[in-house]
Amino acid sequence: MKYSVFSLLREAFRGHAGWTPAWRKAEPKSEYDVVIVGGGGHGLATAYYLAKVHGITNVAVLEKGYIGSGNAGRNTTIIRSNYLLPGNEPFYEWSMKLWEGLEQDFNYNAMVSQRGVLNLYHSDQQRDAFARRGNAMRLHDVDAELLDRDAVRAMVPFLDYDNARFPIHGGLLQRRGGTARHDAVVWGYARGADLRGVDIIENCEVTGFDIAGGRVTGLDTTRGSIKAKKIGLAVAGNTSRVASLAGLRLPIESHVLQAFVSEGIKPAIDCVVTFGAGHFYISQSDKGGLVFGGDIDGYNSYAWRGNLPTVADVMEEGMAIWPGLGRIRMLRQWGGLMDMSMDGSPIIDRTPVAGLYLNCGWCYGGFKATPASGWCFAHLIARDEPYEVAAALRLDRYATGALIDERGAGAQPNLH
Amino acid sequence: MRIPCPYCGPRGNDEFIYLGDATVRRPDPQALGASDAFYEYVYLRDNPSGLHQELWYHGGGCRSWLVVTRNTRTHEISDVTFAAGGKL
Repeated sequence: MKYSVFSLLREAFRGHAGWTPAWRKAEPKSEYDVVIVGGGGHGLATAYYLAKVHGITNVAVLEKGYIGSGNAGRNTTIIRSNYLLPGNEPFYEWSMKLWEGLEQDFNYNAMVSQRGVLNLYHSDQQRDAFARRGNAMRLHDVDAELLDRDAVRAMVPFLDYDNARFPIHGGLLQRRGGTARHDAVVWGYARGADLRGVDIIENCEVTGFDIAGGRVTGLDTTRGSIKAKKIGLAVAGNTSRVASLAGLRLPIESHVLQAFVSEGIKPAIDCVVTFGAGHFYISQSDKGGLVFGGDIDGYNSYAWRGNLPTVADVMEEGMAIWPGLGRIRMLRQWGGLMDMSMDGSPIIDRTPVAGLYLNCGWCYGGFKATPASGWCFAHLIARDEPYEVAAALRLDRYATGALIDERGAGAQPNLH
Repeated sequence: MRIPCPYCGPRGNDEFIYLGDATVRRPDPQALGASDAFYEYVYLRDNPSGLHQELWYHGGGCRSWLVVTRNTRTHEISDVTFAAGGKL
């Protein structure tokens, strides 16, 4: 069923009795051309673009829980393309361009809102660093504006501009950045892939891979064995665990990142604001809750929950830029598993096992990358060669030294 | 999460700084194949879901380096020893 104003009107007159499920609950077949492991945003986007762009429709997406139950369902929904390094920036800008046309493309309301992403700077040195990043963005044809203090004040008047330790001197603004409805992104890709014949198989966990002569031929799951010519892994925090079933040891550590939502309040903040003196980002959802987060907890974890010192740290950072936050109650807090790579940048590449492809290392920035990650991973799987903007996101860059380290922190995942 | 420091007793994890996997060993730079060995040492990790031996520095306390055995699924700590004078 195509969603449009006409289908909405028709159903409005029929008591909304005619809406059909957006995707089928598929049963696993014995054989597929491509199996994608991981039914999050990236896996579903990969299946969608495999079917839509490359015409490969004999595809299954295997998900051990329900789709979007991992990081796609628990992030802070920010989309942006304000990276510094040439290995990253064209990739994220391609993602931004896909976001801009996404809803028309997959006929689903993902509530993409280009409300602007404002990175605050708090010192002269940081202004210079942000000017450099803005210039790097503009060299890649990406919008970036360096705002002074008065221009920032006009946008968000209620911040603490004269904080004794972290005075706000200005900000770097990407107006095309913003937020999207994370669940709707999952549902839109799932529906689009399903309409083109992709089987979305939930409650199906991978337990092993069949590898013969260095080539993958299928996989074992909790719902039986499945033959596959090609298999793509897009399992985020579980990357090391699943890849180890194929004998791979990767430059990945799994860490926990917490996020927070306040009680709903009237519209207060109409863009995404980030604190430059620490690591804090905040926006307001359409429901009214303030959505915010900070750093990862900083230790290996598969526990889906974090600890209180990080909660306190995030709240303190929020209070440092917006003292009014102290009058608002925190409603919910949760944790997700981050596939932290050794240089802070992702990997979309082949593996030493022929026919097995890898999509991982998203650290805590995977949501914004969802469309381009799916697009580039689909291209890699379909054609066995990287899509141009993802050509630098190689697995062997750790061995060759061609790292993409935005933060310059070295091989220490909890510092990225 | 509280880490039972052998010197200070159980302390909140915010007193500690995390380094990572305690099982990797710096290879001999003079050995044949040292380049590959260093690549594995610097970048590759088992990243287990379950028991993990890891290095923590008690910077907010006795300033000891500790080897903590912790379950990454539950954050339960089953063993803590000083890093110095033994395993490393």
